[in-house]
Amino acid sequence: MTHPFPDDSVGLVAPQTLVFDEPLTLACGRTLQQYELVIETYGELNANKSNAVLICHALSGHHHAAGFHSTEDRKPGWWDGYIGPGKAIDTNKFFVVSLNNLGGCNGSTGPRSINPETGKAWGADFPKLRVRDWVHSQARLAGKLGIAQWAAVVGGSLGGMQAMRWALEYPDRLRHCVVIASALKLSAQNIAFNETARQAIINDPKFHDGDYLAHDTYPKSGLAVARMIGHITYLSDHVMGEKFGRELRSGSFEQGLDDLVEFQVESYLRYQGDTFSDSFDANTYILMTRALDYFDLAREYNDDPSVAFRRAQCNFYVASFTTDWRFPVERSREIVDALISAHKNVSYTEVESPFGHDAFLLPNDHYRESFTRYMASIATE
Amino acid sequence: MRFDFDQLQHWIGEKSRVLDLGCGDGTLLKLLADNKQVVGYGLEIDPQQIQTCISRGVNVINQNLDRGLENFEDNSFDTVLMTQALQTMRYPHRVLDEMLRVGKECIVTFPNFGHWKARFHLTFKGRMPVSDLLPYEWYDTPNIHFCTFKDFEVLCREKHINVLHRQVVNERSAQVLGNLAPNLFGETAVYHLSK
Repeated sequence: MTHPFPDDSVGLVAPQTLVFDEPLTLACGRTLQQYELVIETYGELNANKSNAVLICHALSGHHHAAGFHSTEDRKPGWWDGYIGPGKAIDTNKFFVVSLNNLGGCNGSTGPRSINPETGKAWGADFPKLRVRDWVHSQARLAGKLGIAQWAAVVGGSLGGMQAMRWALEYPDRLRHCVVIASALKLSAQNIAFNETARQAIINDPKFHDGDYLAHDTYPKSGLAVARMIGHITYLSDHVMGEKFGRELRSGSFEQGLDDLVEFQVESYLRYQGDTFSDSFDANTYILMTRALDYFDLAREYNDDPSVAFRRAQCNFYVASFTTDWRFPVERSREIVDALISAHKNVSYTEVESPFGHDAFLLPNDHYRESFTRYMASIATE
Repeated sequence: MRFDFDQLQHWIGEKSRVLDLGCGDGTLLKLLADNKQVVGYGLEIDPQQIQTCISRGVNVINQNLDRGLENFEDNSFDTVLMTQALQTMRYPHRVLDEMLRVGKECIVTFPNFGHWKARFHLTFKGRMPVSDLLPYEWYDTPNIHFCTFKDFEVLCREKHINVLHRQVVNERSAQVLGNLAPNLFGETAVYHLSK
């Protein structure tokens, strides 16, 4: 049999679970006595352990960023377009670490896990998390892997927020910070979308104040609506128009007919919500969107991001996409301006793309080339 | 090395903060980083040029100069540079104002439209100059605001811009002629300015 995977794929990968027994005190004041993180790694750690790259995932992401879990897998990991041999994050050069964040629902300790104090699932009682909690748990992960300093911490969207927080919390433990389609903080409109999504979940009668597992049920329809709302904000008006326009899936506008008319875009969104809610946890969705809302890089630095970035010691690469209205180019420009004002090394690419926020996951020549060259320039250090 | 790069290097201090408007492939910023240890940033909009800058390890910011420099604070750079691009600006005089606001000092270089070849072309052929110095046809050129050295001097006077140094550099013809009669024989002007 021939090789089942493309040449530029990391191929077959398997997650592993790491157990952390040292208690982790969280920003909310509560403490996790012990926790587990599920990770995947791609490439080889070099002898002096200087080629490690941490991938921080976005709202609904997880550890499976690249490669395939089995030969039957139809789809690779969520960032496979940019992680692999010869790709932007070149696994021939880098040792790539990708994890499922704390509070997630893909194997790391989260609301679905058993609270050792009660013997029952945490559910809604799982501690509220902030971006810095993830960063601290990732620092412990680095310690366990023997990585004293990352070559780069890389993230898109919510992942970019983690990368920036890394640069402030552990300035000497990363050489480069890659921030893609992200922001210093969410806008009121962003928070409004997140709250609408949360209300869809909370108002599902099967939510039971977050204790749906104890009731042996699941707020599937609420979570599906939440995802539909999110999904609209990840796409651009242009892409929706191109992809669906006003195409009908069923029914007709013919006079005299009383058909129920369904647009293609309705059916597409329902499908997205439906598949997502089959695999994601409602409490995790609430927790992750709240962490997004709470994040404000410069809050403890007099609300001045330039003062905040003065702490950083690493170099930065920032990218944004022209039709992204969830994290518009202005948000990335604010990051870049603050970095320049803080006298930090930074390069910034503003990429023409019709694909909205999702563009950071999709193929694009300028984005791929700029990102690839930046990573290549740091691989030779 | 481009002659205007060679000249302007003398006016840039060690370890100074430099902003290069329309930095192209980052050649100048790399040169200044290697020779003067400057902390430099370049503004550029062409994707290929940006990618080359990134490969060179030059800080490059994807920013259209038509947007102005409103995102940069007053006096936040020691020197703001613009080489061979002033004549491509929609409003060169406003760009100069912005450069002098953001930088403590500025350096601009531009081609001399008063050069004898341009004058010869217009006078005897009656057509807009196309030469080795100015290779574009009038209808398809990035150079929309040509000026002569004298024109630029007048603008500086009117705006009360302080000319710290001025230098003519010739790449294709004798430097001695350029020094003798700059506005007739000078190819490229290199101006060092302050408020």
